[in-house]
Order: sequence, then structure tokens, then C-alpha cells
Amino acid sequence: MAELGRAALVVTLGLTVYALVAGAAAAYLGRRRLALSAQNALVAAFGSTLVASGVLLAALLRNDFSFTYVAQTTSEALPTAYTISAFWGGQEGSLLLWLLVLTGFAAAAVRLNRGWARDLVVWAVPVFAAVAVFFAFLVVAVASPFATQPAPVDGAGMTPSLQNPYMLAHPPLLYLGYVGLTVPFAFALGSLFSGRMDERWLVATRRWTLLAWTALGIGQLLGAHWAYEEVGWGGYYAWDPVENAALMPWLAATAFLHSVMIQEKRGMLRVWNVLLVILAFALSLFGTFLTRSGVVNSIHSFTQSSIGPWFLAFIGVVVAVSLAVVFWRLPRLRSPTKLESPISREAAFLYNNLLLLALCLAIFWGVVYPMISEAVRGEAIVLGRSYYDFFLRVFGLPLLLLMGIGPLVAWRRASVRSLLTTFRWPTGVALLAGGILLALGAGSSVPGLIAYTFSAFVAATITLEFVRGTRARKALGAASWPGAFSSLISRNRRRYGGYVVHAAIVLLAIGIAGSSAFDTVAEARLERGDTMTIADYRLTYESLDERLAANATEIRATLRVERGGRDLGTLEAGKNAYTVEQQVSNEVGIRSDRVTGEDLFVIAEQIDPDGTIYFRVFVKPLVNLIWIAGLVFLLGSLIALWPDAREQRRLVARTREVSLPATR
Amino acid sequence: MTIELLLAAILAIACVVAVALPFLREPEPESDSLAELDESERRRLELLEARDRALAGLKELEFDHRTGTISDSDYRTLVGPLRREAAAALQALEPRDADADRAEVGEGRPTGKRIS
Repeated sequence: MAELGRAALVVTLGLTVYALVAGAAAAYLGRRRLALSAQNALVAAFGSTLVASGVLLAALLRNDFSFTYVAQTTSEALPTAYTISAFWGGQEGSLLLWLLVLTGFAAAAVRLNRGWARDLVVWAVPVFAAVAVFFAFLVVAVASPFATQPAPVDGAGMTPSLQNPYMLAHPPLLYLGYVGLTVPFAFALGSLFSGRMDERWLVATRRWTLLAWTALGIGQLLGAHWAYEEVGWGGYYAWDPVENAALMPWLAATAFLHSVMIQEKRGMLRVWNVLLVILAFALSLFGTFLTRSGVVNSIHSFTQSSIGPWFLAFIGVVVAVSLAVVFWRLPRLRSPTKLESPISREAAFLYNNLLLLALCLAIFWGVVYPMISEAVRGEAIVLGRSYYDFFLRVFGLPLLLLMGIGPLVAWRRASVRSLLTTFRWPTGVALLAGGILLALGAGSSVPGLIAYTFSAFVAATITLEFVRGTRARKALGAASWPGAFSSLISRNRRRYGGYVVHAAIVLLAIGIAGSSAFDTVAEARLERGDTMTIADYRLTYESLDERLAANATEIRATLRVERGGRDLGTLEAGKNAYTVEQQVSNEVGIRSDRVTGEDLFVIAEQIDPDGTIYFRVFVKPLVNLIWIAGLVFLLGSLIALWPDAREQRRLVARTREVSLPATR
Repeated sequence: MTIELLLAAILAIACVVAVALPFLREPEPESDSLAELDESERRRLELLEARDRALAGLKELEFDHRTGTISDSDYRTLVGPLRREAAAALQALEPRDADADRAEVGEGRPTGKRIS
């Protein structure tokens, strides 16, 4: 079936080239049928890519090792779920996934928006197509997932660390995020090409950006949980270049989601918003480049390949063309209004944007510095954890504080006197929380104490907003308190969904501060029957067992855990020896306290033949708040993403008022 | 091999048909040009956006004042300019409506609207 896969991808390439050429010609010449034909080509490209993806998936499930890709990424013994995840586990498959999601998103975005933003869609089609042409070209000519070979008896298997349930969802979510950022990019460029500088491109892409941003956020959290459980070094974020690759576009998209409100409310920051969208998209390409090119030495660089130069050239073209178009349209991008006061909500959003961008650029510099130093000095100098932690504190802590300040400041201008009154309660709560924590000994880490205090401040402002809003809705005639609460959210989903997301960030900040600034670590070499203590835990190494799983030999040490003299049961930690892959992985033992959110985290670093084990043990306070934050983040995003029928009706009515007919 | 080639050919033909569909459906259309906004319509769209922006701003301000997020003094400072902006946008949008009404009345067609 490889021929069918190859043919389907050639068809996709042909369709995307047609959509690019015909779409650009139709937009420039104003030809209606040609424009529709180009749109159909994009939809058909999704169909043919779907066929190619089906062929690859079938080959994976049949363990058809005559497909080089299948032989390189799977084996007979690999469980079915991981065999499916091999689709995105290797370079060629993940590029095919990129193309599949891209053509799918493009087809959906075009279909959903052509009713009321048809003149924009016409120009967005060639932009979508241009990006799709690049990826179609890669999978056709440079890194085909349908290369064949004489079938070996068994495949090479999958990297053991990828054989984890989180890997079923983490990479596809990141790809949804990366590719999703193509939608605002295509509409932003479409808006620039067409000269339509009204706010329709923002409205057309807002939910897509939010969707991509949510997918990137959840994908990163799943990746962090994977690292925490699977990589086995005691942490969840190592500032690895590929982790940073996903964080950077997320930060740029976060900045955009805030600054877009300033354009919608005040008509300001038009150039800034377009530049943020271009930056977010370029960073998403850069992220894929980092993950797939193997240019930076990283735990994620499972594949070293020749696609790097192609990616770099494409990113260069994207940035150059985008900036040229922005420069060309600068006269039309001038804002009709200006910032009225440095104490206003738009000013707070602007400060938030500057901090987010500063953090993003600091991380970018940290990622590219080894490459630059290697090119200039012949030696790759890696900027370590302290570099990133420094900038996270310098830019992240003020960002946290701004999250509490922004929502309570008026648009346009606010008086200092009014602010003092507004912030009376949140400040009081924050100072009280800080004082109590200081008394409890949290002063051992000043950044941690500041993070907790700011988190209390933000939590208080969010609570205040919900309480006041619900009270106002009740006064306006809601039948009950739950009804008032529900009406509050449904009438302004973006605002209150945003507050829920802010609450998630507060949980995240508390979790990160607790688990990194106030954690405890202990190490010991134990024989069977020996005991070690850490914090108020007492661990006794009881036994060592070996058992056979489907694709690995599992070696597990059993430890009895006691706390304050109370028996908490046993915990297992050890290693997996993968037969086909000839690799060994750490399998950590984690005991979570559901009340305090604390984890006891055990690594069996070294297992000697006589059964003696060198253990490293951590106690991580509040670390589980990080994972709970993921659920809250998802809830907030869903609230904000939920379609708003009233808004849709208003937009359609507005479009009709200027006699802009829908596409037939 | 033959089945694969056949499937690939079917896929290619289906895609070509999908791409050609707009031309097959309308071989000789009355008009093949994209409906573009002229300058006055673009200006009108901008005014409609300005109107909606000001009205949404007013609504949010009223609610924030009601909840106590915005103080009385800040409310008094902010409400005036927002009302003026909304009024200006509404006023700028009015002449076209009036012109359209006049044109329709002039041509003697029933408009279904009350002329004052």
C-alpha cells in the first residue's frame, strides 16, 4: 500500500500548489469561481492527506516492516497503543501529522468563516496553501513516510521513554497547538494582503488562537507530567530546548490573546498584534524545527535528519515576507486612538505583553545561544537552569502580580484613589498570607514567598470579581444565586473564562514554588531491611523483584513508607530493561498525598547485582497543584472557547449592513 | 499493485472534480467577479465597528460600576467620552440610512418604514 500513500501525498502536493497559485490569482484578479475552486482544493488536500495517513496507520497496525518508517519506530512486541503513537513518534510520521492537521484546520477555518468574512478568506487561502505546500513537499521529496525496504523479521522498536501513556496525547496536542497558530497567521496575512484592516480577522481567528493556545498549554503540562514520571530525574521541567520550543509560541500567543482585547476595545496596537501573530507562528515553525532537526542536543532529539536546512529556509522566508507585508501596510495599520493613561487596563495589558515577550526572548536566546556560540567560537555553550530561573523570576513574578491588577483597573484611565479602594481587600489578603507563611518558615526562599504572596493577591481579586459579579447579576433580576453565577459567566465567557485560566496559573505558580523552592532531597545506599528518613517520612527497603512484561523486564524495589509512625503502605521504584530496544529506563515510585498535594518521589538510581540500591528521594510540597492547574486551565479555556450565538448574530448583522454577501 | 494504482487514480479524479466543481456548476455565470467593498462601504464597516465598540464599552463600564470594580468618580469621568463616541458613530451612520430612505421614497416604491 506504500504506492497509494505516496500517490495520495503527491495529489496533496498538487492540490496545495494549485490552491496557492489559483487562490492568489483569484484574490488578485477578483475571480469568484477560481477562488471557490482554490478553497475546494484545500478541502480536497485534507481528504488526500487523510488517505495517506490511513495508509500509514494501517501499515503500523499490521506491523508491515516493508515500510522503513514502521520498521524504524515499532516492533512486534510493542503494545498496540504505542504502535499507534508511533505515527507521531518519528520524523516522517510527525510531518505527515502536521500536514494532516494543517489541511484539516485550513479547510475548517475557510468553511466556517466564508459566510461573513469572505473577502478575507479569499486572501487567507493562498497563505494556508503556501504553508501546506512546504509540508507536502517535505513528506513527498525529503522525508517520506512511505519509503520501502525488504522487510526485516522485526522492527527496531520504540525509544523506551516514549512508551508511556502521556506520549499518546502529548505530541498530538503540541502539534494541534503549533499548527493551530497557522490560522491566525493566515488570516492576519490575508487581512494585510487584502488591505482589510477592520477587526474581522481578529474575530475570525480568536477561537482558533485560543484552541491552539489551549492545546499547547495542555500538551506542555502532559509533557511535564511525562518527564516527571518517566524521565526519572526528580523534576518536571528541565528547560530542555524542545520543552522551550513549545513554551515560546505559547508565551507569544498568550501576549496576543491579551493585546487583541486592546484592539477590540480601543482600536489600538494593530501593528503589535499582527507582529505577535507572525512571531507566534514563526516560533511554532521553530519549535517543529528544533524537535525534528536534531540541531540542538536534547533528550528529545531522537531523530537527526536533513530537514533542518529546509525548515530554516522556510522560517526565513515566512519572517521576511510577513515583515515586508507589514511594512507595506503600515499606513493602514495606524491606530485611531492612543494610550490615555499609564494607569488603565490597556496599559496593564501592555505591561503584561512586554513581560511575556521579554520572557519569550530570554528563553529564545537561551535556546539559540549554544548554536551561536558553536558557530562563532567552535564550542557549544549551554545556558543552564540558573539562567532560565533568573528570568522566570524577573519577568514571571511581575506577570503574576499584573494578573491580579489588570482586571480591576478601568479601561482608558483610573484614578489612584479609586485603585487604592479597589485593591484594599486583595492587598490585605496578600499581606496576611505572606505574613502567615513567613511565620511558618516560608522565608527560606524569598522568590517562593513572593510567589505565594502574589498568588494570594491574584486569587483574592478573582474571587472578588466573581462575588461582585454574581451579586450584581442577582440584583439585576436573576432568580437564584446559581442562576446569577451562571448568567454572569454565560454573558461574558471570555472575561470569566479568562479569570478561571488565571486561577489555573495561580495554582501552577503555587505548585511550582512549593515543589521547587521548598522541596527536600535525600540520598542513601540501602541493603534489604535498611531504612532512610526524609522530612517526616521513614522508608524501609523491603524486597527486590524481577518480572516479565510484554516488551520489557521490570525490576522493582519495594519500600515501606511510614509517616509520623503511621504505616502508609508500600511504594515501588526500579528500572525497565527493554529487550528489543536494548535500553534501560528509570521507573520512579511516587506517593501522592491527596490532602496536602505533596509527593514522595523515589528514584532507584543504581541497582547493584547483590541487591543493594542507591536511592534518591524527594519530598515535593504542593506539586500536585500543577496537574490540578491543568484541569482548571482546560475548564477556563472551554468557557472562553464556547461559541457565543449573540456575538455571531451581531457579526453577521454588521456584515449584512455593508452589503457583503456570503459566498455562494 | 493494480488495486493501489486504481485507488490512487480514483482519488486523483475525485480531487480534480472537487477542484473543477465551481466551473462545472456555473459554466457561464452572470458574473464571475468577487463582490468587493467599495470605499464608502469600508468606511461604513469601520463606523459600525466603532459603534459596537463604544456600545460594548459602555455596557461593560455600567456593569463594572454596578459591581463596584469601577468607582463613582472614575465612572463619571469615563462614561461621557464613551457616550460621545457611540453617539458620533451612530450619527455618522445615519445619513446613509436617511439617503437610502429618501431614494426609495423618490422612486415611489413602498419602503415599509415610517418616514418622519
